[in-house]
Amino acid sequence: MGDQDFFWDGVDQGKLLFQRCGGCGATRQPLGPMCPECQSLEWEPREAAGRGIIRAWIVSKHPTRPDANPRIVILVELEDGLRLVSNLQDAYQDDVRLGMPVEVVFQNVDGVFLHQFRPAGAAQ
Amino acid sequence: MTTLLQNTAVVGIGQTEFSKFSGRSELQLAVEASKAALDDAGLKPSDLDGMVTFKMDPNDELAVMQNLGVPDLKWVARTPGGGGGASATVQLASAAIVSGAAKAVLIYRAFNERSGHRFGQPFAAPQQRDIHVSFGLDTPAKIYAMWYQPYMETYGVTNEDLADYVVIARANAATNPRAWFYEKPITVDDHQNSRWIVEPVLRLLDCCQESDGGVALIVTSAERAKDLKNGGVRVLAATQSHLHGSHEMYNYYRPDLTEFQDVRAMSTQIWNQSGLGPQDIDVALLYENFSPIVHMALEAHGFCGRGEAKGFIKDGHIALTGSLPVNTHGGLLGEGYIHGVNNLLEAVRQIRGTAANQVAGTEHVLASAGRSAVILGKL
Repeated sequence: MGDQDFFWDGVDQGKLLFQRCGGCGATRQPLGPMCPECQSLEWEPREAAGRGIIRAWIVSKHPTRPDANPRIVILVELEDGLRLVSNLQDAYQDDVRLGMPVEVVFQNVDGVFLHQFRPAGAAQ
Repeated sequence: MTTLLQNTAVVGIGQTEFSKFSGRSELQLAVEASKAALDDAGLKPSDLDGMVTFKMDPNDELAVMQNLGVPDLKWVARTPGGGGGASATVQLASAAIVSGAAKAVLIYRAFNERSGHRFGQPFAAPQQRDIHVSFGLDTPAKIYAMWYQPYMETYGVTNEDLADYVVIARANAATNPRAWFYEKPITVDDHQNSRWIVEPVLRLLDCCQESDGGVALIVTSAERAKDLKNGGVRVLAATQSHLHGSHEMYNYYRPDLTEFQDVRAMSTQIWNQSGLGPQDIDVALLYENFSPIVHMALEAHGFCGRGEAKGFIKDGHIALTGSLPVNTHGGLLGEGYIHGVNNLLEAVRQIRGTAANQVAGTEHVLASAGRSAVILGKL
């Protein structure tokens, strides 16, 4: 049993889950067993907003899997204030900027089901 | 303020050659470097009763003592994390001395980091999904580039700007016979023509070396140092800083992503301990796994303002002839990557006056590794 298990269960259901502290209500990040604000071990999963902005990005080449494509790796700050690492889909490297609005999608990437993001409003 | 740690000194340094293929075991590198440090100090293995290394070091203390012939070890400690703890080795050794836990502590770090396990290679694909690795953050270059990128975009630092530092580091290495890149200086064009490793942040020449080699230092009391062969170099400050929310590698979760906040916190401590300030530092050895961290360390230590490192470097301040020579041995990009502990050896040489690129009149040297730092000075 790992501290990240519930997060991946959420991804499998198409949800970005985070931990809301059962003691003080604080948002717990990064994922972990204890609240650093009140030391409570209690928490409940809440669903995060699927929208945020890019706070850092790079292009990942020479990937671990030889058959994998280059990816734009991003650090997203969600509207809830949570940060998480993901990939940016449907965008060109030259167009990526800090502060760019993005929204979540859930996809298989090289055989692994992951949360991904695309430029906000790029749907349809 | 005088601190207890100031009653300690580095009295010996030793190393092997830095290469891409040592042709011998990591344990042999460790004990060769350790024996050289003992000889430099004029001490015998039987004088040692403490050892400090990295949590990540492959060489067990008992194996090192077995081979060196140390009769009885009373203090063993290891630094947390990776290279960020390079300067913490001195803090741990000095703490053992002033507490009475040990009388003479050997610091060692040795590995075959090119011919053996290479740090720069991609991690194996994770068995289970991982919040970082599964998205393509599978090498140190990518992981660290993610936290340099917001700094660079925010302050308008381009990859070409990084060349200004790299050219200086390689110039210093070119005149340091111990350096892997001895007699191999580069130009800005060489830097810009080297291949991308992580767009838009790092090219090949922004990356530290993968090196085989071993280094060692010996710490004892400042009082005892006075009677030793090469005297001693006094520890003026030694500290660590690991801020809440920080991460050794995936450092993406503290509020401000455009400042190296652990260094800022650490800086406050070392200036307080030593009674010195940035203007008093004659030479700075700044741990650089990759070139952009030099910019962030210069700013967080207060050598220049936030966002000003690019101009500070362009203006020549960190060259050998500048107001603050940085990485006078060539740095981890130019001399070799013994996880930053080779920076401590250069710090000792600059105080002794024996460095290959000696800066005249050096009295205070900072060796900063991101999450640990020391200031060394005259006995």
